[in-house]
Amino acid sequence: MSGDETGILLLSLKVAFAGLAASLPPGIAIAFVLARKRFPGKTLFDAFVHLPLVLPPVVVGYVLLVLFGTQGPIGRLLEPLGIVFAFRWTGAALAAAIMGFPLLVRAIRLSIEAVDPRIELAARTLGASRTRVFFTVTLPLSISGIATGGLLSFARALGEFGATITFVSNIPGETRTLPLAIYSFTQVPGGDAQAMRLALFSVALSLAALAFSEWLVRRSPASGHHA
Amino acid sequence: MLEVDVVVPRGTFRLEAAFSSDAPIVALFGRSGSGKTTLVNAIAGIVRPQRGRIVIGERVLFDSARGIDLVPEKRRVGYVFQDALLFPHLSVRANLAYGEGLTPPAERFVDGERVLALLGIRELLDRNPASLSGGEKQRVAIGRALMASPRILLLDEPLASLDGARKAEILAYIELLRDELRLPMVYVSHALEEVTRLADRVVVIAEGRVIAEGPAAQALSRADMGALTGRFDEGAVIEARVATHDAGFELTTLAFAGGELVVPNLDALPGEPVRVRVRARDVSLALARPSGITIQNVLEGNVVSIGHEFGAIVDVTVRIGDTGLTARITRKAASDLALAPGSRVFAMVKAVSIDRRSVGFA
Repeated sequence: MSGDETGILLLSLKVAFAGLAASLPPGIAIAFVLARKRFPGKTLFDAFVHLPLVLPPVVVGYVLLVLFGTQGPIGRLLEPLGIVFAFRWTGAALAAAIMGFPLLVRAIRLSIEAVDPRIELAARTLGASRTRVFFTVTLPLSISGIATGGLLSFARALGEFGATITFVSNIPGETRTLPLAIYSFTQVPGGDAQAMRLALFSVALSLAALAFSEWLVRRSPASGHHA
Repeated sequence: MLEVDVVVPRGTFRLEAAFSSDAPIVALFGRSGSGKTTLVNAIAGIVRPQRGRIVIGERVLFDSARGIDLVPEKRRVGYVFQDALLFPHLSVRANLAYGEGLTPPAERFVDGERVLALLGIRELLDRNPASLSGGEKQRVAIGRALMASPRILLLDEPLASLDGARKAEILAYIELLRDELRLPMVYVSHALEEVTRLADRVVVIAEGRVIAEGPAAQALSRADMGALTGRFDEGAVIEARVATHDAGFELTTLAFAGGELVVPNLDALPGEPVRVRVRARDVSLALARPSGITIQNVLEGNVVSIGHEFGAIVDVTVRIGDTGLTARITRKAASDLALAPGSRVFAMVKAVSIDRRSVGFA
C-alpha cells in the first residue's frame, strides 16, 4: 500500500468514525423520542429525520454549503468559536453523519420499540429513576439495534460521495475520501489500476465493519429470546 | 395498614374503589377487566388516579387534596408482575441486586441470604433469565422485589402463566413468605382457590367498584358472587381448625362452629386454622338424617333463605351453628321437600369433593 493510499484510507476512517461518534448520541435520543413519545407534529419530525434518505445527496451537500459555508448563517456563527466545516475534513464528517443519520435512527428506534415498557416499569418500582432505567435497561436491551444502525451509518459514511464533494469539495489530504479518490483516479489517464486497488480496500473495509457489528450483536446477552 | 381510596378514569371505564387492610395478605378478587390491576398499578404509581388517597402505614404515597404524588421509584412498593418481567440482559444475581443497590442502606431490612433460602433460588444465581422455567422466573421476580426492602408487596396474578404443579409450588412459597417476613401483601387474582388459600381479607371488585370487602370467609361466601366466580365454583367458605387425623383411612377431621367436616388427609398439625371452600353444587339436603349412605359429612342445620325461585336451580342457604353453607339443588327438589326458611335439614357433603385446592391455611 503506497503512502498516498494509506493516507486516503486513514482519512476515510477518520471521517466515518467522527461522523458516527457525533451522530450516535443525538441518534439514540431521537430514536427514543420517536419510539416512546407522542407529540404534535411527530409525523413531520419523523419525515424530516428521514429526508437525507430520499433527497439527492447533492442537494444535502448544497444545503450544508448554504448553511455551514463561511458565509452561511450557521457557519458565520461557528467560525469565531474556531469551528469550521467548509472545505475541511470535519465538513466531510458532518456530511457523512447526516447522510447516515436516518439509517442509524431507524435501526435504533425499532430495537427500542421492541423493549417491553413493562420491564422499564419493573425497574422503576425497584427504585430506578427514568434516567437510570434508560441507561441500565432500555439502552442495553437496544444494543443490537445500536450496533446495526451504527454499522449502516458507518458504511454509508464510507461510501458518501455526492454530499461530500458538493459541500467540502475534493481536496487531497483534507476531504478526498475513498470514493472521491476512486472517482478522481478514473478521471485521469492510467489511473484505472489505482482505482481498482482502492475499490478493493473499500470492499475489505466494509466487510470488516460488518463482521465487527455481527460480533457486537452476538456477544450482547440481550440477543435471542427475551425472558 | 394499607388505605386506598381512588378514582381512576380510563376511557369509558371508571375505577372508583376504596378499601383498607391490615391483614398479612389482602386479596383483590374479581374477573379480568374488573379493574384490579389498575388498582395495584395506582398503588405502585404506574397509573395516576384522578383523585384520591393512598397510604401505607404512615407513608402517604398519593393524596390529590394535598398534591402528593410520589414517583414509582420513591414508593418502596415491591411489584411482582404476571409474567415475571426479569431483566433479560442481566444474570439472576444481577436481577436480584438491581433494586437492593438502589435502596438506601438505612432502609434495607431484608436479609438477602434469607430471601435466597426462602425462595430456593440460591442455585439459580449464575443463570440467565432465559434459561429459567416459568416457576423459577416467578420466584426470582419475587426475590428481586423483596431485595429492594419494600414496605408492601403487590402480586398481580403471579400464577396466571404457570401450569398446575408450578402454581402449587409458588403458592407454597408465598405462604412461607407471609409467615416468615411479616411483609404485607396485596394479592390480585381471579382464581377463587388461590384467594381462599392465601388471603385473610378479601376485596371483591366488579366493573371498577368494590362490591364486597371483609374477612375471607365472609366476603367469599356472598350469594351474589356467581357472576364473578362462574356458577360452577360458587359456594361457601368455612373457617375451621384441624381436629384429628385418621392415619388408617387417611382422613382429616376439621372442627368448625357448628360441627365437623371430614376431608381427605391434610398435611397440617391439629389446632392449625384452615379455610375450606365448599362448592354449592357439592352440597345436598335431606329432611331426615340419612343412613346407609357413603357421604361422610352430614350436618344438621336450618334453612336461612332460598334463592331466586325460577329456572331449574335454586341456591338454599343453610345455617349450621354459626356457619353458613349453600346448597345448589333443583327447584323441583326444593318444592318436593317443601323447603322454606326455618326448615330443619341435614346438609350432606362428600368428603372427596373437598381437595387440597379447596383448603387454605390461615
